[in-house]
Amino acid sequence: MRRSIQSKVTVVAAAALLALTACTTDPSIENPPAAETESGEAAATPAEEGGDEWFDQAAFDEQSEQRSASFTGDPEQPWLQYLEGEMTDTSEFASEGAKKVCFANASISNPWRQTGWITMNQQLEVLVEQGVISEMETRDAQDDDNTQIADIDYFIAEGDCDAFIISPNSTAAMTPAVERACETGKPVIVFDRGVETDCATTFIHPIGGFAWGIDTAEFLVDNLEEGDKVVALRILPGVDVLEQRWAAAEKIFEENGIEATDYFTGADPTEIKKIISDELSTGDVQGVWMDAGDGAVAAIEAFEDAGKDYPVMTGEDEMSFLRKWEETGLTGLAPVYSNFQWRTPLLAVEKIFAGEEVPKEWVLPQTPIPEEERADFLASNEGMPDGHYAKFGGTDLPGYPEVWQERQIP
Amino acid sequence: MSTLAPDRKAELRRDRSPRKDRLLRGMRTPGGAVFLLLLALLAAVIVVNPSFGEPGSLIRFIGRTAPIAIAAIGQYFVIVSGEFDLSMGSVVTAQVIIAGNLIGQDDAKVLPVLLLMLVFGALIGLINGLVTTLLKIPSFIVTLGMMLALLGLVLYWTGGAATGNPADTFRQIGRGGIENIPVLEILPYPVLILLAIAGGAFWLMRRPYGRTLVAVGDNARAAALTGARVWWIRTRAFILSSLAATVAGIILVGYAGVHPSVGRGYEFTAITAVVLGGVVLGGGRGWVLSAAAGAFALEMLFALLNFAGVASTWRDTVQGIIIVAAVAAGARTWERRRRGASSATHDKQTPIAQPPAVGTNEGGK
Repeated sequence: MRRSIQSKVTVVAAAALLALTACTTDPSIENPPAAETESGEAAATPAEEGGDEWFDQAAFDEQSEQRSASFTGDPEQPWLQYLEGEMTDTSEFASEGAKKVCFANASISNPWRQTGWITMNQQLEVLVEQGVISEMETRDAQDDDNTQIADIDYFIAEGDCDAFIISPNSTAAMTPAVERACETGKPVIVFDRGVETDCATTFIHPIGGFAWGIDTAEFLVDNLEEGDKVVALRILPGVDVLEQRWAAAEKIFEENGIEATDYFTGADPTEIKKIISDELSTGDVQGVWMDAGDGAVAAIEAFEDAGKDYPVMTGEDEMSFLRKWEETGLTGLAPVYSNFQWRTPLLAVEKIFAGEEVPKEWVLPQTPIPEEERADFLASNEGMPDGHYAKFGGTDLPGYPEVWQERQIP
Repeated sequence: MSTLAPDRKAELRRDRSPRKDRLLRGMRTPGGAVFLLLLALLAAVIVVNPSFGEPGSLIRFIGRTAPIAIAAIGQYFVIVSGEFDLSMGSVVTAQVIIAGNLIGQDDAKVLPVLLLMLVFGALIGLINGLVTTLLKIPSFIVTLGMMLALLGLVLYWTGGAATGNPADTFRQIGRGGIENIPVLEILPYPVLILLAIAGGAFWLMRRPYGRTLVAVGDNARAAALTGARVWWIRTRAFILSSLAATVAGIILVGYAGVHPSVGRGYEFTAITAVVLGGVVLGGGRGWVLSAAAGAFALEMLFALLNFAGVASTWRDTVQGIIIVAAVAAGARTWERRRRGASSATHDKQTPIAQPPAVGTNEGGK
């Protein structure tokens, strides 16, 4: 935590001032001199610093390379592509008949998870029809670690499951529960966020947060001058996939002399607008970096409302951002945290019970959408709602496009 | 009696302290001090960030604080009558979601949905009020229940994620303004809405309803004995609060857009603002415009912290300290006033009327 002690002093001083004026009768009380003298320094330091804790040079380098690596498999079906590496032998699981799958889901509380969840259910429909899966029982932990642990234990004890799919809510807290699932001897598939054990049959995820951070920060560095100001909008602290995005980006900004200030927004557009307007009233902002695209439109609107030039900006492949990006013509990039990964776990179940080997760590491709490709993605996702993700990878599934257009959340 | 009236008026005028004195005395109450606090904070912000003082940025700041000030005005009615409204934030969220889902891109639906939202808001307030007053359940519990019920409804409806923004014509209410105004550049609509609501609230508090509302908050039993229908007076306060939350929601849809996180924590921000405005929790003391000023002081303080480079993660802590400090300070000052200590030490005493001369019949007046 590099946040200066002076800042804390300012808080205390301001609070004290407040308490004083609230009960004082003297209107001549002065503004806290602390706030004036320190602001110069304090404003120059980034408001937040947590990068060191989450930065991992080895993972950074590995993911940096993986961005340009060649993936095995059909590029038309990126959800089945993977990087060459250790494979899990699944011949022991090979068996006939439809299987029951139990899915412990962290939540569907953001548009990315909702889009994936819809895609997953359409994929399930296909596999049920093919007689691979009899049913999928899902429990939604609603972003709560304890609920998800209980969900997993329920599945182990009473679920009568043939295979477990787990999308962990958080890394450390879910590790023991995943280990208990592994001890049943049945296949365990973990996807999206990771856990601190490699007992799972396969761990499915796109390249990762560092790759996101590298793609986005390099784009901003390429399009900005040294000394330019970037506002980094972050959803919340403490989630590894998000922290890694910022850790990588922050390092690159520092190395290239970009002045970046980061804020936590909770994806609340009111907050985002407030932050940007305050920043714009302090000085010019040349770039906006986001660790997730939710709320990107509010950020762009804040520039419009203040009558300033559009920033160079990275959002996400969410339709609202792609549309606003096209409409405004700003210089932008849509990084992608491959939403099609929600199909992969069910297809992995199919492979596992067929006795086909699966990658121990199933790394899926993760390619940002540059401006040249934007029109294609807008066209192929026409009519989709704002919260839809362009790389959802479900065009060949039944129900396309109505199910996604109407956003029928199962 | 009527023949004496002009006489009494003149007497009152004579005995009343000069305007300057009354203003000064008002400034010494918590409800007045908040205006001084606001000015001090404004000065501090301008020192830290001079460009904030430009009329253009200042009016935008007022525009963006308008929904919070409107919510604070709504919360004031409930608090001054001796109750709480914790459901405010959820009402904002629910209204934002209603606007997003029902209007869509169809301009023709703007007016009907706007009406529906107002009716829905009034209905929530009516339920809060009736359950509190007729079933005698503490409003703290009733509105807490309403808050959770509405949040659940929103979660069920949206799954917790954003839906698309409604038509731009609807969003203009919160985003647009009258342009090409000299000096200010733009006069945002939220500022006009706030002015209208603040004016209306000020007027209402000087009407019999407002007087009775404060009396009910001070001593509900005494008010009931004078013939006031306490249950209906309080219920109307809840309706006003929910309607204020609805208006805040309408502005926020325009200002920010549709997202389930819009409105989160609004009830506490509004309560903090009201308390900071010197309104006594438990009712019976405080001015409505001070509550609005409290909202501006609070936001101004957050802006100051922000410009001073303090991370926004500190905000909740500051808000907590403010609630405790303001309640403590407010309670002490009002108490002193009640005991008469403050007027005895600070103010020149002017008798309300001449003491009756010996031998006259006092009751004859």
